[in-house]
Amino acid sequence: MITIKLNNSDISVEENTTVAASILSSGVDAFRRSVSGEVRGPLCGMGVCFECRVTIDGVRHQRSCTTLVADGMEIITDE
Amino acid sequence: MNRNASDILIVGGGAAGMSAAFAATSGGGTNITIVDDNPHLGGQIWRAELGKVRNADAAKLIEAIEAGRIGVVNSAQVFAAVSENKLLAETPNGTTEFEYKKLIIATGARERFLPFPGWTLSGVFGAGGLQALVKGGLNVKNKRIVVAGTGPLLLAVADYLNSKGANVVAIVEQASARNINRFALGLWNSPAKLIQAAALKKRLFRIPYLTNTWIANVTCGSPRVSKGVTSNAAIKSLSLNLNRNGKTQTIECDHLACGFHLVPNTELAALLGCKIEDGFVSVDGFQRTSLNNVYCAGEPTAIGGVEASLVEGKIAGYAAADNEERSRELFTKRDKTRRFGNALNTAFALRGELKTLADNATIVCRCEDVQYEKLAAFDDWRTAKLQTRCGMGPCQGRICGPATEFIFGWKPGPVRPPIFPVKLENL
Repeated sequence: MITIKLNNSDISVEENTTVAASILSSGVDAFRRSVSGEVRGPLCGMGVCFECRVTIDGVRHQRSCTTLVADGMEIITDE
Repeated sequence: MNRNASDILIVGGGAAGMSAAFAATSGGGTNITIVDDNPHLGGQIWRAELGKVRNADAAKLIEAIEAGRIGVVNSAQVFAAVSENKLLAETPNGTTEFEYKKLIIATGARERFLPFPGWTLSGVFGAGGLQALVKGGLNVKNKRIVVAGTGPLLLAVADYLNSKGANVVAIVEQASARNINRFALGLWNSPAKLIQAAALKKRLFRIPYLTNTWIANVTCGSPRVSKGVTSNAAIKSLSLNLNRNGKTQTIECDHLACGFHLVPNTELAALLGCKIEDGFVSVDGFQRTSLNNVYCAGEPTAIGGVEASLVEGKIAGYAAADNEERSRELFTKRDKTRRFGNALNTAFALRGELKTLADNATIVCRCEDVQYEKLAAFDDWRTAKLQTRCGMGPCQGRICGPATEFIFGWKPGPVRPPIFPVKLENL
């Protein structure tokens, strides 16, 4: 298991988990806000739709479904 | 910038790409590279489950590739072509330039999504989309899930979710029972598929398979207690209204997994200038595109499933390694998989009623939040795009393009680089 920080809380996840799966498993469904302010989360799961974008280690707009977790990774959703 | 030079470069590490790579090694002494956007080989159908590919055929192929003289670059997204014979890909370590003598495009397919009221709500995923998330570690144990849309993928997804302890409430299939039965009868020609289908049917027999049925709309059901780590974590259940033979039926669930068969990923082929016909990359018998040194295999040439991808990959791999005789030996097999693909696409063709699922306020372009009523006034994709920004967000029309093509009959516009959004410093 490895530890990541999701919205400033430590969570423990299995290695090779995607960032998207870690976020959903934590009960968070607001990955991002759409241009009109709607809550959005993953749709395609394969890096095509860009709905699952979050901030990873300070870099915004990263696709969480194609990114694997890494120890100490900091993820911020709904920015 | 990092550089990589290959005799044969393969874009896509799924069934077609891996099959092509392995066949290409038959030439001997050839320098082969697979570049893939996933963290692990396998593509979509053989997507790794927490880092491990479970399918035995896939595992064998991956092992052979890892043991062979094939370079693999994972997590690399091809986004542009520079001069002839060079592609650029964004990787976690910046941009890499891939030079090639021959190129095999094996970029696979994505799901087709159709807009309906509520399709942007949290908890609504693609069918393959939810499967991919579960393979990435999402726990769906005891979740009530409806799998909907069209195509054989729905059955595979339901079976997979079921095996992970989900409570699959129903499979909602828009195609008619008549079309599906006719398709199933056609499987007598391929015993392996028939055995597969029978085993699947046995495993899924408790789950209602509602044909002639589709999702009319989705609303948030009763809120459930949040166990999340942030204040915005109130995950709600979903209330689905189904249109079933003209009658409405309501189902409550936690997740909806909804996809309408597949659309090919042709962007790279189009960017390079390969001839595209009726939405698919044109190829000759050797899987060669209209460009002499560029081949294409698998779903971008026709939606045909994993068998088609494997055999087309082999044909392309042998041909690219100047081993055309071995390609030729596989033509009959390829033609058979194509017939299967055609039957599949006929059986699961979209019914016209699905064109009117969206109401005026339904968002069609999810990147730019363009509603149906804003689009209905236009005659073509280009004008709609310029006037509403439909298709101008980061997905570049990959989701709303196939939807508006079906709903309004709009033909997609030309492809321009970068074909995926890239960090400024990597351009």
